[in-house]
Amino acid sequence: MNTCATTRIVGTPVPRKEGVDKLLGRARYVDDIEMDGLWHGATVRSSIPRGLIRSIGFDRKVDWNEFTVVTAADIPGQNHVQLIAADQPCLADGKVSHCDEAILLIAHADKQKVREAVNSVRIEYEPLPPIFTIEESEEQKIVIWGSDNIFKSFLLEKGDVESAWAKAAHIVEGEYRTGAQEHLYIENNGMIAAYSAEKGLTVWGSLQCPYYVHRSLVAVFNLSEDKVRVIQTETGGAFGGKEDYPSTLAAHASLLAMKSGHPVKMVYDRMEDLAATTKRHPSRVRHRTALDKKGKLLAMDIEVATDGGAYSTLSSTVLSRATLHSAGPYVCPNVRVRSCSWATNTVPYGAFRGFGAPQAIFAVERHMDEIAAAIGIDPIELRRRNFLHDGDTTATEQVMREPVILDKLLDRALTESSYEEKRARFARENRHNPVKRGMGIAAFYHGSGFTGSGERYLNSLAGIDVTTEGKLRVLVANTEFGQGTNTILTQIAAEAIGLDYNDVIMAPADTSIVPNSGPTVASRTSMVVGRLIERACAQLIAMLSEHAELDEQFTTAEFFAACDRYRAAKGDVVSLCRYEAPPGIFWDDQKYRGEAYPAFAWSVQVAQVAVDTVTYSAEVEEFWSAQEVGRVLNPVLAGGQIEGGIAQGIGYALYEKVILQNGHMANNQMTNYIMPTAEDVPPIHVYFEEIPFQHGAFGAKGIGELPHDGPAPAILNAIKDAIGVSFNSIPLLPEDLFAKLSTPQTLEEPTAV
Amino acid sequence: MNKGWPTIRLAVNGEMRAVRTPAMKRLLDVLREDLHLTGTKEGCGEGECGSCSVRMNGELVNSCLVPILQAEGASIETVEGLACDAELHPLQKAFLDCGGAQCGICTPGMLMAATQLLAQNPHPSMAEIREGLAGNLCRCTGFIRIFESVIAATANSPGRTTEQATDAR
Amino acid sequence: MRGNAGAHELIAPANLAAALELIAAAPGEWTPIAGGTELMVAHAAGRLTANKLVSLWRISELRFIDEAPGAIAIGGGTTFSDLRASKLVAAEFPLLARSASWIGSIANQARATLGGNLVNGSPAADSPPALLVYDAEIEFISVRGKRRIPYSAFHTGYKLNAMANDELLFAVNLPRRFRQHRQYLRKVGTRRAMAIAKVALGATALMQEGIVREIRIAAASLAPFPMRLQQTESILLGQEISPTKIHGARSALLAEAKPIDDIRSTAQYRKNVGANLLEEFLLELCSGNATR
Repeated sequence: MNTCATTRIVGTPVPRKEGVDKLLGRARYVDDIEMDGLWHGATVRSSIPRGLIRSIGFDRKVDWNEFTVVTAADIPGQNHVQLIAADQPCLADGKVSHCDEAILLIAHADKQKVREAVNSVRIEYEPLPPIFTIEESEEQKIVIWGSDNIFKSFLLEKGDVESAWAKAAHIVEGEYRTGAQEHLYIENNGMIAAYSAEKGLTVWGSLQCPYYVHRSLVAVFNLSEDKVRVIQTETGGAFGGKEDYPSTLAAHASLLAMKSGHPVKMVYDRMEDLAATTKRHPSRVRHRTALDKKGKLLAMDIEVATDGGAYSTLSSTVLSRATLHSAGPYVCPNVRVRSCSWATNTVPYGAFRGFGAPQAIFAVERHMDEIAAAIGIDPIELRRRNFLHDGDTTATEQVMREPVILDKLLDRALTESSYEEKRARFARENRHNPVKRGMGIAAFYHGSGFTGSGERYLNSLAGIDVTTEGKLRVLVANTEFGQGTNTILTQIAAEAIGLDYNDVIMAPADTSIVPNSGPTVASRTSMVVGRLIERACAQLIAMLSEHAELDEQFTTAEFFAACDRYRAAKGDVVSLCRYEAPPGIFWDDQKYRGEAYPAFAWSVQVAQVAVDTVTYSAEVEEFWSAQEVGRVLNPVLAGGQIEGGIAQGIGYALYEKVILQNGHMANNQMTNYIMPTAEDVPPIHVYFEEIPFQHGAFGAKGIGELPHDGPAPAILNAIKDAIGVSFNSIPLLPEDLFAKLSTPQTLEEPTAV
Repeated sequence: MNKGWPTIRLAVNGEMRAVRTPAMKRLLDVLREDLHLTGTKEGCGEGECGSCSVRMNGELVNSCLVPILQAEGASIETVEGLACDAELHPLQKAFLDCGGAQCGICTPGMLMAATQLLAQNPHPSMAEIREGLAGNLCRCTGFIRIFESVIAATANSPGRTTEQATDAR
Repeated sequence: MRGNAGAHELIAPANLAAALELIAAAPGEWTPIAGGTELMVAHAAGRLTANKLVSLWRISELRFIDEAPGAIAIGGGTTFSDLRASKLVAAEFPLLARSASWIGSIANQARATLGGNLVNGSPAADSPPALLVYDAEIEFISVRGKRRIPYSAFHTGYKLNAMANDELLFAVNLPRRFRQHRQYLRKVGTRRAMAIAKVALGATALMQEGIVREIRIAAASLAPFPMRLQQTESILLGQEISPTKIHGARSALLAEAKPIDDIRSTAQYRKNVGANLLEEFLLELCSGNATR
């Protein structure tokens, strides 16, 4: 496929495929769905972070005969929801490992009565001592998971870091921390489940990965695959928060449906969703870096620790990505990364846009500025001296075979932001102004798609068919949740065949209709699944040429006529393709060496920040982002992804804090979990450089997660520029600025050994 | 069961409706459950996210905070009332063109807030747009293309200044 | 939605007299609900303990901004949108107009009422600091008639007030004597909109030849309820504003303020930022800057 060919539809701002329905208020989210005989379900959750369940009591003022009550004993198959390991129970059985762990499920026809019933269950526990932090887990005095509290660890080594210290002109150390972050999709988690012996189980709900849910239900209910059907409803935001959790919620609704004999709807309210579902892994990253006298990196010794919560869920893959992004977009001959994910008695952490990269990139990009200050080099210059270029190798010894244009992105970001001029102006103005301004940057990559041989393992199947109503239909299990899946995949199909955009529709994300094209995660949809669609289109044209007399050049009418002929002669007009790895992808999972990702997206971001010394508030006044994501399939959607990711990154840096009290999220309301409003987001400027990637659909690489990686370090670097004080922990709230600025040691230089 | 429940009469998108529900049932729930108008959404139940925004007697309100008794005799406008037959409202068209909706869950409330803003101020400045939409949280867009959509919707009205045109960023 | 709509009685008397009679017949049993921006949040969270509610929303006798020569009277049922739309309030009580723009969002302002803001009694409430530095008076009404108290005597403890259980908050009266005063009001929240105050400071001062002839300073979230900082005021009254005086006033505020640590912020942050806000105001007084 010629990725540089002129295109009619790909690369143009066609309207969002399902946009009209959304704008009319006609799009059906799970809570909009009504059904005859629908019951409502709710969950009784643990009020302690760790302990044994001694007794479960049911208040006699409630007539329990009216209700369906489900416990772990009712689970027909396996009592676990398995993402990677099989350690997380679907329902707690005899013990709990975190606050808000699901113990019991209750259903009734009357939503109000369910609520009262939940409040009428009395659980008595025998508490056990809980642990809540990475440090407590590392001590291993209290072991809550496995034999050592460790979900997963990695060791990545390149060269020999120990040999570098003696030769170094400079050695700089730093420790960087990131807090938990909540997805705060505006639509809470919700599912509807229905069961009959003949049809089996059907679930409808807000989710990212129908086949993940399918696989979990097959295990929990011990049903054959054809007896489980999962249908995605219009999903109001996800960001990774509906990658793993829906499997648990679907199992819960299904258990109630099965036992009650009625379809059951379970939709969380905001308080429950905030308290009980997954969030971004907190992290602690330590850097020790050796440089020569010109500021070139000699060695990077990195320790990455994440808090995985009480069960492993996706902690191992989040840790993997953090490990692979921890050394930044730099050339360094000696790298060692020791990473570890720790168990604590908190609600299990899970997938969230970036998936370990925001944590790792916060640390390395903050650290680069600390190095620059310690050794007396400008932070821009330090980065230029160390950027990866074509032909260089990464920490996993992956050769950069595709163009790397960090310098160009950096130049663009600096020019558009008037970086140098502003820094000079602010340095003058700050002297006399209680509001101090500064500029900061971050440079980073984000690996597109699954790590190493992940895609081979997924073995995705995707394609197209042609309906009897004369539409081309895309058959994928990949879902729309605002990021534009429906639009870009139909654009790709329309372009690949040569039809109009309106001739192509999406098949519903229903496991009884679409093949398993893998999850909608890891920024893989455009690049990997889009490519499968491209290939399936070419395959269909070949089929029609061979069997239905389709000419080399054809009109839309001729195309559909050929399809009709094919259908009459051979049956359904369908073309599916399986994933084929690009050549030369070699990845050693044991040594963590080789081609970590098939492609990288690159970015440089610049933040302009104002720190008000009266209130200690830091605000982003303006933000610029230059990126290279291969071919931009739809400029409106792509721009929207960058802007939205940046807004979330700003929240991650300055506003969003998860406050735990005894392991329970105390600020579980929108009034006190703070995301930026329309008055808080700054103007955001987005610039794309396009270098088509030959193995991605029409040259596209991944885009969705990239923009969330850079804002936090860029912002904290800008704060350092503004007030001369380093902050290495996020979220950075005014109280934290106040605490540090009001102590005597405000102008300590970073440690250069 | 419904002993003592009042009958509330209200106009919804120009049509007279009557419901018999507890007086403390939320307007949001009456719209969604009794009137089957599910365009208006619940995001938080606390009046913080604005996804339940509707216009009540020409003012923007969070319908999750209005007990239905207080809507007796009121004129309610929801997202379902914006489009006219097959024709999208100019704001809806602008959101479609400019990418103002991504996942769409905040969109109905956002459209009502934007409608309210433009009804009171046909040519708002950027600061006025930000303020007018400050009670509507969007987690997907970062608001940028929502601002552009609102500005685009005012573009063809007379009296638009270039300040508004370039103010988007 | 954790509340049970069917478990609460809500009635809407047609007029003020009917409402007052209802309340008088069973004092303390009826909880007034105006715009619902507090009570409906509690309802949704399953925390609304009031079983009987009386709606004040459509009682037009409570919703007014009346102009008299010496004072303006604002009905307890006046919404914050009403306040923002009033040219009179904007001209003579700009701090109140500004505080009205801080209440939640446009949608909240259309429903939240001045009376509700005061009776709810949150120490972080947005309108009280302005009302305190404008020497507001509260007028109660009941079947027994009307009575007035200074607003500074209204809050008696955390979420406690001086209103009798058969009374409604009828009006807030503001004396029209602040046009020549220097004025200041600033709120510090978690973000620029939809934020509960971590701390807020309001002040009015009458300056004559560099001497402070009158000064009123009030704060949100520096005490269990909104209050005037009278010890801090006394440091400044009759004085010139000098760097030493500013330092003294800061120290007085730090001593007088009794904030707490809570989920939103810390006591140390609140106190120190409160002192910074005070200093900002005092510097403006010195430099002759216009009303902030």
